[in-house]
Amino acid sequence: MTAELVRGQNHPLDRTRVEIRVAAGGPVIAGVTLGDEQGRLSGAEAVAHPGAPRRTGIEVPRQAAAEHRIAVDLDALPEAVHRVSVLLALPTGIGGLTRFGAAAAPSVAVTGLDGTGIAGYTVTGLGAETAVVAVELYRRQGAWKVRAVGQGYADGLAAMLHDQGLPQAAELAAEIEEAVSQGHARAVPAPAPVAASRSEQSGAGTPGAAATGRPAPADTPVADGQAATSAAPAASSNAAPANGGPIDYRHPKRRATPKPAPAAPSGANAPSAAADGTPAPVAGDASGWSMEERLYNQVWGMFEDLARSVAAYRSASDFAESRLEQELDKALSDPRNRLGTAADVARATARDKHASLITQARAALDRDLAQLTAEADVVEPALPPALARWDNPVWQGYHVPQERPMALRLGDLHLPEVLDLRIPMLVRLPLERGLWIDSGPGSYVASGDPEREYGRRELGSALTDGPPDEAELGRLAMETAVAIAARLLAVHPAGDFAVQVIDPGGTAAPALAPLLETGALREVPPPGAQGVTTVLEALTRRVDLVQMAVRNRAADSLPPDVDTAEQLLIVHDFPHGFDDRALTQLRYLADEGPSVGVHLMMVADRAQCQEYGPVLDPLWRALLRITPVPDAHLADPWVGHAWTYEPPLVPKGSQVVRQVLGRLAEARG
Amino acid sequence: MSVNLSKGQGISLQKSDGGTLTAVRMGLGWRSAPRRGLFGRRTQEIDLDASAVLFADKKPVDVVFFQHLISDDGSVRHTGDNVVGGAGQGGDDEAILVDLARVPVHIDQIVFTVNSFTGQSFAEVQDAFCRLVDETNGQELARYTLTGGGNYTAQIMSKVHRAGNGWAMTAIGEPSNGRTFQDVVPAMVPYL
Repeated sequence: MTAELVRGQNHPLDRTRVEIRVAAGGPVIAGVTLGDEQGRLSGAEAVAHPGAPRRTGIEVPRQAAAEHRIAVDLDALPEAVHRVSVLLALPTGIGGLTRFGAAAAPSVAVTGLDGTGIAGYTVTGLGAETAVVAVELYRRQGAWKVRAVGQGYADGLAAMLHDQGLPQAAELAAEIEEAVSQGHARAVPAPAPVAASRSEQSGAGTPGAAATGRPAPADTPVADGQAATSAAPAASSNAAPANGGPIDYRHPKRRATPKPAPAAPSGANAPSAAADGTPAPVAGDASGWSMEERLYNQVWGMFEDLARSVAAYRSASDFAESRLEQELDKALSDPRNRLGTAADVARATARDKHASLITQARAALDRDLAQLTAEADVVEPALPPALARWDNPVWQGYHVPQERPMALRLGDLHLPEVLDLRIPMLVRLPLERGLWIDSGPGSYVASGDPEREYGRRELGSALTDGPPDEAELGRLAMETAVAIAARLLAVHPAGDFAVQVIDPGGTAAPALAPLLETGALREVPPPGAQGVTTVLEALTRRVDLVQMAVRNRAADSLPPDVDTAEQLLIVHDFPHGFDDRALTQLRYLADEGPSVGVHLMMVADRAQCQEYGPVLDPLWRALLRITPVPDAHLADPWVGHAWTYEPPLVPKGSQVVRQVLGRLAEARG
Repeated sequence: MSVNLSKGQGISLQKSDGGTLTAVRMGLGWRSAPRRGLFGRRTQEIDLDASAVLFADKKPVDVVFFQHLISDDGSVRHTGDNVVGGAGQGGDDEAILVDLARVPVHIDQIVFTVNSFTGQSFAEVQDAFCRLVDETNGQELARYTLTGGGNYTAQIMSKVHRAGNGWAMTAIGEPSNGRTFQDVVPAMVPYL
């Protein structure tokens, strides 16, 4: 099993005859330097390069290519050699790349001779560099280990060799360039012994090989290139992971791993980040079996940390306030202070103490927030579609998933102290509770609760003063419902999730357009009470049958007309068009549905439902209330702050939902 | 080089290299009551509880004990209630972890207490100890032996308080009586 290394990480080698496979987004020169304990080179003969490809125990390719295999026999190396550095450099003068940042990040894999992976490393975060030390194999107490280095040099080979203490660095660099351009000019299909002898044992896919992304045949050294292309047809390109052609054997969930790396500090400032004690945050830095689970846990960890950091800040500032008040009172009530300036002094001291405590508390909060913001900056781009915002590029590259995700993003949460740090609100799938999207203005009327006020103040301009406009709220509520429904549809495999709508008034049609046009919703919901009854009857029957089948373990004896896909029922305009019988059925669905895959989403005005009296209270409590406009009404489970919830609305003018649903429709056939 | 603390003795939580401690653990260990014959169920279990009370300006503002395992700010965490004790081999049966760097700025003292929830006095409990450990390297900073502590059911162990830019620890070792930390809070006041 291959260990994916991150910069600076090391990994023991369990054998001494290894092969180093290099894959880059364009032709690169591969070389090896043999350094002593301090990493210094004894002379030009300590470098294996295309001009001098064979050194004792080492053999490197003669040409620049997008893929390389370097054979290393660590046992054969001289005793004095303690470090074997694998370097990559961009050739000049034969076209191709001019900087590593212009193509997919090069990746290096250390494998056994039979192709079994030992360690892999993708050299991310490169920009203007033209040469890079990718990995080094080093001797530590008699055993060999591999370390991911990733040290880039913008000034190319000469600078790199000079850095390793080679006096004739510039001459050797020129010699290497010369050898490469000669090799390129010859373009002879040289019978490279390395590739030929190994073609039979190179079945395993090279991770991240750029077989598909090669610029032109002339740039590829034929010997190595052909061997690699034919031997590793399954290798996929880092640059185009989703181009459909080659099969990607890497774990699908691990693909997000290299993504956040560009945000990580590059070689130059990495040590400084490590030095101040707070390591740069990494996406997926939590426990879990898959990248998805790790990200999910990480988001919840950030949620808890933010809740607690803000709790610390609030309790400190509350304490400062109450102490200030007490001290001012005391100064006022002390009869000795009636004359002279003692009272002023006491008051000033109290205010100073207050101010300094508040400053300290804010500093502590800012420190925590900086860390969490940095974490959010790497986590947010790494999220898979189900957990990502609609404006995340991952939705542009959307393809219909093969398996259902573990969680769904229902919106964003934030606190008034930190308006720009948004925590994704993730719920596990399948949904355990239905949703109630509150479309009524009644609940937004200022309630005198200061934390609710925070939520009100940052609403969009149209909604700032007074209760929001009722029609506008109703429209936004239905838009929210459709956005969530579309998201649920998109993150499930084609045909595993279906949406039904009850809309007796027929007023939801504009919002439902994306669902109708793409066939996600088969027909316009039938109007009137008749529509209500038909849909509810069908779903109740489904719940009954599936429950019976599950209880008796007879899932295959369900009648053929029962749709086994999970169902989301959107009820618009509730309670319009509902009679007592329909109401009972609805409550039944809310209670029994989730366990057999029928989920309820009410789009209704809570105030209007009050006329039904307490009958609806259990329904209301069974559902999770969310709002179509930001509103502070959700509490976290740790300290109970009121968090402002923001619905997952599509950015204005964006066609992402239509695109995504269109692709889903294609997949459904 | 752990110190066996005596009453009122203080130690500064400065490391020898000058850096201050960032995380400490208050550990509590005791030996479980011996099994009584065939019906192990009727063994009179010994349940000691470790608690930490967070003070700001001599007023308790938060507490970490078996019903509130994490302080609201997340800096003080209790690893969970142990109601029977352990083998008495020196391992911690209950522990409270304090992330000193993250303690809210207004909290200036944290007092650790031990209570006997089941009512046995420390004279009856075997191999009971309480210690303070540097969580970053596992080194023991201070240790108290509770066993033989006389006819008391509670003890105010020690307090960690701000000193200069860092933190210091003062041993208190004041015996008291009470089932949970609430009973002991009044007795803490003189030591704040």
